[in-house]
Amino acid sequence: MSDLWGGLTQAFWLLATLDADLVEISLRSLQVTLTALLVASVLALPFAAFLVVRRFRMRRMTIAVLNALMGLPPVVVGLVVYVFLSRSGPFGVFGLLFTPSAMIIAQVIIIVPLIASIAHQSLRELWSDYHDLLISLNTTQFQRIQALLWDGRRALLTAALAGFGRAIGEVGAIMIVGGNIDHATRVLTTAIALETGKGDFALALALGFVLIALAVSVNLLIHRLSHTESEGRW
Amino acid sequence: MKRTLIGVFAAVTLATSSLAEEMKLAVTTSFHNSGLSDILLPAIKDDLGLDVQLLVVGTGQALRLGEAGDVDAILVHSKNAEQAFLAGGNGTHRREIMYNDFVLIGPKGDAAGIGAASDVTVALQKIAEAEAAFVSRGDDSGTHKKELGLWASADLNVEEFGGWYNSVGAGMGAALNTASGMNAYIMADRASWLNFGNKQDLSLLFAGDPVLFNQYAYIPVNPEKHPHVKNILAEMLEAWLVSDRAKTLIDGYQINAETLFVFNASQK
Amino acid sequence: MQMFPLEAKQAIVRRKGKVLAGPIDLTLQGQGITIVIGPNGAGKTSLLKMLHGIARLHGGSLTWACTTAEAQKRQGFVFQAPVMMRRSVVENIAYPLRLIGVSKAEARLRAQDWAGQVGLAHVVKLQATLLSGGERQKLALARALIRDPAVLFLDEPCASLDGRATREIEEILIRAAANGTRLIMSTHNMGQAQRLADEVIFVLHGKIQEFSPAESFFAGPETKQGRAFLRGDIVE
Repeated sequence: MSDLWGGLTQAFWLLATLDADLVEISLRSLQVTLTALLVASVLALPFAAFLVVRRFRMRRMTIAVLNALMGLPPVVVGLVVYVFLSRSGPFGVFGLLFTPSAMIIAQVIIIVPLIASIAHQSLRELWSDYHDLLISLNTTQFQRIQALLWDGRRALLTAALAGFGRAIGEVGAIMIVGGNIDHATRVLTTAIALETGKGDFALALALGFVLIALAVSVNLLIHRLSHTESEGRW
Repeated sequence: MKRTLIGVFAAVTLATSSLAEEMKLAVTTSFHNSGLSDILLPAIKDDLGLDVQLLVVGTGQALRLGEAGDVDAILVHSKNAEQAFLAGGNGTHRREIMYNDFVLIGPKGDAAGIGAASDVTVALQKIAEAEAAFVSRGDDSGTHKKELGLWASADLNVEEFGGWYNSVGAGMGAALNTASGMNAYIMADRASWLNFGNKQDLSLLFAGDPVLFNQYAYIPVNPEKHPHVKNILAEMLEAWLVSDRAKTLIDGYQINAETLFVFNASQK
Repeated sequence: MQMFPLEAKQAIVRRKGKVLAGPIDLTLQGQGITIVIGPNGAGKTSLLKMLHGIARLHGGSLTWACTTAEAQKRQGFVFQAPVMMRRSVVENIAYPLRLIGVSKAEARLRAQDWAGQVGLAHVVKLQATLLSGGERQKLALARALIRDPAVLFLDEPCASLDGRATREIEEILIRAAANGTRLIMSTHNMGQAQRLADEVIFVLHGKIQEFSPAESFFAGPETKQGRAFLRGDIVE
């Protein structure tokens, strides 16, 4: 219990004084996760729309595999990315291991199936609505995907949020491929793991509170930007 | 709002792409947890303009990182493993830098009575007889290998230990945490123990046996095997680590008025 | 380019093995308003979708006088329950123009004009999903007419509308027909059929029972079922 109080007091102190390390680690957490979110969305959302409008033979199988990939354990993804990016691995020549880029790559792989799956489910409903109209209007596949992505943007935002939530709290994969290097690849989650491992619970709790606050405020911000509540209509 | 965010991103990206030289050094958790790196790294940055990026892992993984060429140099404390590393052509040479010692930690009550032991072999035998809870690093690290070696020299077979022997597969800090939570015995390096924040009911019970001395050595990764490693920077760091400046910092580093490391590098 | 005559030869539309409409043999010329009537489940919707080309043919053929590609660009379809895109009214109406590359500004302008023509000027900025039934039908009509199609298919466009909305829609349809748009429309309402039809197609069990000019059909249908239907009997 005293650990909890100690953590709270230390957390407020770190925040109030805008502790340099804390700010650096927080910014890096945001940088890595938001970049991963952007890349993952660019990959996952059009793919989800494509899966909805285009019929091809392996479609059902693809959707099933996509849903299954949501259960991919993040730490295993980290391990595989590590092996690929290591100097003795196939992509070692790029020197990406133990850099934020490696962390972004791992997080993208982890959240793409999640975002695509959720987006696909909502876009499928929208498509069943739009189907007759868009076919009657003689639209191309691309135009159909455009219409779905634009009109379904609120639901797609939810999918992206889910991806963000998964990524910001992830620790296993990015610990492995990032190496938790001080001033280079240390982020909130890996720093918490480190401090806990050193027995410094107060500092770990402080970082934990910051992480929660960060995740919640980004969620609130995105909700405000999309005027979900004020317009009252999805 | 959008502009502020973009500005913040730009600031962070630019900050991380600074112009200082940088190299990757794999070090053991024992070394890192002692807190010595927090003293040395800024000094290295000041003196050499060099950003040393520390990967804090167990000795086993440090050696593997060196073999794969994912780091430029390693700093570990397991002579046999180091020599095997060199024999495999993975490093250029081995340079001793400093040593610290291992100590035996345990519950204040000391049910196994190791406080009075004459040497470490006796102490370990007492723990085994009492079947007192014991936490082992279990992670193929220098500390772990040292511990296994000590059990062997006490004529005890680790394979035959019962449930009182807990092999956790973790770094020094995490293992100490577990020992603290279980109120168990554990072998740790003195520096990590002094710097450990969650001691609870544990205290230092046995130390001083010369067998427990722990030599740290620095090995640059072999540029013939991995041409991309920053060998020049690694050599530069080595030269600094054996310099008088390093000697002063290392010998002068204390926790609670106790010296942790003893500098013992020889000038080539 | 001449689109008509439209010829359907032994055309069949199936779903899950069951024939929805067909075999259909029909030739349509390019003038006037054709009304499709028949009891529920007779296959009116399937026939319309077949002629429009959005129901896949499982047999037979459907040919326009021009190429299929040309024909696809010059038709409109108003569904029985119109699809409202999750956008504003004006954006819905403008959408078909945006599809063919009309600039956003111009499309918006023309859509606003059409919104005015169908009586939706007061709700142009409203989310289309919030419209009432009658308003939705008007939107669908405007959206279908904005590209000035040569042919407009309508599937019971006034099915759930009140008298006033029905009258307003019929006025728009008559105007469109007068402008040269070919209308092919199904309805339940015999009064509406009599008001609008130039020719009548009577559909039963997925096949065309009668196809004749309006005056002769309403004076006296040839078939027994036709007469029964006109009387208001239940026709099976």
